[in-house]
Amino acid sequence: MYRYDEIDEALVRERVAEFREQVTARLSGELTEDQFKPLRLQNGVYLQLHAYMLRVAIPYGVLSSDQLRLLAHIARHYDRGYGHFTTRQNIQYNWPALTDIPEILDQLADVEMHAIQTSGNCIRNTTTDPYAGAHADEIADPRPWCELIRQWSTFHPEFSFLPRKFKIAVTGSPEDRAAIGVHDIGIRLVRSEAGEIGFEVHAGGGQGRTPRVAAKLADFVSQRDLLAYLTAILRVYNLAGRRDNLYKARIKILVEAMGAEAFIAAVDEEFARLKRDGALAVPSEEAQRIAAHFPAPAALEGTPPARRDLPYRRWLARNVKPHKVAGRRIVVISLKPYGGTPGDATAEQMELVADLAERHGLSEIRVTKEQNLVLPHADAGALGDIFDALEAAGLATANAGLASDIVACPGLDYCNLANARSIPVAQAISTAIQRAGLEEEAGELTIKISGCINACGHHHVANIGLLGVDKRGEETYQITLGGIADGAAAVGKILGPSLPADQAVAAVVDVVAAYLDQRRSGESFIDTLTRAGLEPFKEAVYAQ
Amino acid sequence: MKAVTANRLTDGRVVYLTADRRWTADIAGAAALEGEAADAALEAGLRDVLTVVGPYLIDIEGGAPAGAKRVREAIRLTGPTTGSTKVKTKESA
Repeated sequence: MYRYDEIDEALVRERVAEFREQVTARLSGELTEDQFKPLRLQNGVYLQLHAYMLRVAIPYGVLSSDQLRLLAHIARHYDRGYGHFTTRQNIQYNWPALTDIPEILDQLADVEMHAIQTSGNCIRNTTTDPYAGAHADEIADPRPWCELIRQWSTFHPEFSFLPRKFKIAVTGSPEDRAAIGVHDIGIRLVRSEAGEIGFEVHAGGGQGRTPRVAAKLADFVSQRDLLAYLTAILRVYNLAGRRDNLYKARIKILVEAMGAEAFIAAVDEEFARLKRDGALAVPSEEAQRIAAHFPAPAALEGTPPARRDLPYRRWLARNVKPHKVAGRRIVVISLKPYGGTPGDATAEQMELVADLAERHGLSEIRVTKEQNLVLPHADAGALGDIFDALEAAGLATANAGLASDIVACPGLDYCNLANARSIPVAQAISTAIQRAGLEEEAGELTIKISGCINACGHHHVANIGLLGVDKRGEETYQITLGGIADGAAAVGKILGPSLPADQAVAAVVDVVAAYLDQRRSGESFIDTLTRAGLEPFKEAVYAQ
Repeated sequence: MKAVTANRLTDGRVVYLTADRRWTADIAGAAALEGEAADAALEAGLRDVLTVVGPYLIDIEGGAPAGAKRVREAIRLTGPTTGSTKVKTKESA
């Protein structure tokens, strides 16, 4: 993992001291709420329905055991014993007191963590493949490039007040697991015919009220030119992006308004100028210095223990993935128990995962955009022990990638922006799907729920998406089908009129059942939907 | 009827304005007002910048949230409805 140098350390400590003074100034009345609000947001502090919410950055979703233990400590001592892992691979605490937050940030700094740029119109936490550095299909490990982007974008003076927030995702594999098609900038590591590794760059994707799939801007940007190219995109956006309308301020609106061709031309012109200037060229020795923080894990000799118990075998088949190094496996730890809150983990669960990573997985943990945790380098020979420990802690649900592995935003149970609840609907759907006994047969299928059009639950890119809609004071849910987050990204299509929560839950089960009725051999949900169209699903949901 | 609600500055907890211009976490203690009296209470709440953040008026009926935002306000009053064992109640926190 990357370790802070003295520059990182000083930046974070100075920021904590500054925020401590700002909180004191607010409490004393020296700062008004209007003056304080943008300052607290720049430190990841929101005011939600019941309390302040603190969003802590987990750079590209990578955690050490010591960091996860500290997150558990914060949950236990400053919150209500749990934390919520988010679709941006971060963690949110729902109950911290404002008066405690400077101390929390100080403790986070002790383990090289912070809440900087987890809010505001700046470049947010760069996300990546949770299997980075572990999966066999990888062209190259994307983490060093995420780290380079982190260093470049942290407190970037030119890009601290963009028209709107800005999200970058990077994948190192041909199989996209970072949803690069629906990010402001999506980056795919590619290998040229000459064998050189560089970057295919996309921009203008996003979700929210205007979901768009990104346009490809460049087939190949060299390693040396990555920061110059990203700067060119950001500079065009920063200058030409709309600031008069919050809802039209994201880069996707600019790319669409200019047209992809004109946008690319503007980026290329700026890129050429930056290349001539040369100041942003990435020195190869710096790229190598960062990459040295991410060594390939050593091979081991163990193999997964052969056991007869079905729960272990199911978990092994569903939640354990192959690793590129012999004797290791990728373990997905589901934070989706049937009927549970997606993405929540108690302090005790976090500590257990930290311990397991330390004992059996090089002390490394990942957070996924699906709101699960991952042991990326687990010792294959210890999988029996890992399973037993996870099962005892309620963390061994064998549903990674299945219908009950539901993504949900906090919704109206916590969020100031939400129109409807998300978590109770997710709980009811996962329970209903388990009772119906459909998920094993259905196989991989994504369900995602957002409590409002801001789409933090990524409903647009779910195979089955639910959007909470307020209809004259009643919570209802609009169902979309056909969204895809990874790879050939696609936005789901509306199935029909929105439904009250209980009917929406039943409708999701009906859609899954209709898929199984319609499915031909070897078809995924998307394959069946593409072939059969929406009609059989409309019939299943609305015919009664 | 209307009541004034806000979040407490120090910890963000939900509070309601009483008849004697104090803040309480108990909606039963909230002043139920109408018309100009409600507007005056809101003005008083807005001036109390060292105690609360973002005061606003809500509809109440029989000491409970009412009107178009009743679901939101009921959740603010009683806490998340997620029913998860991972969520401690306000009382036990």
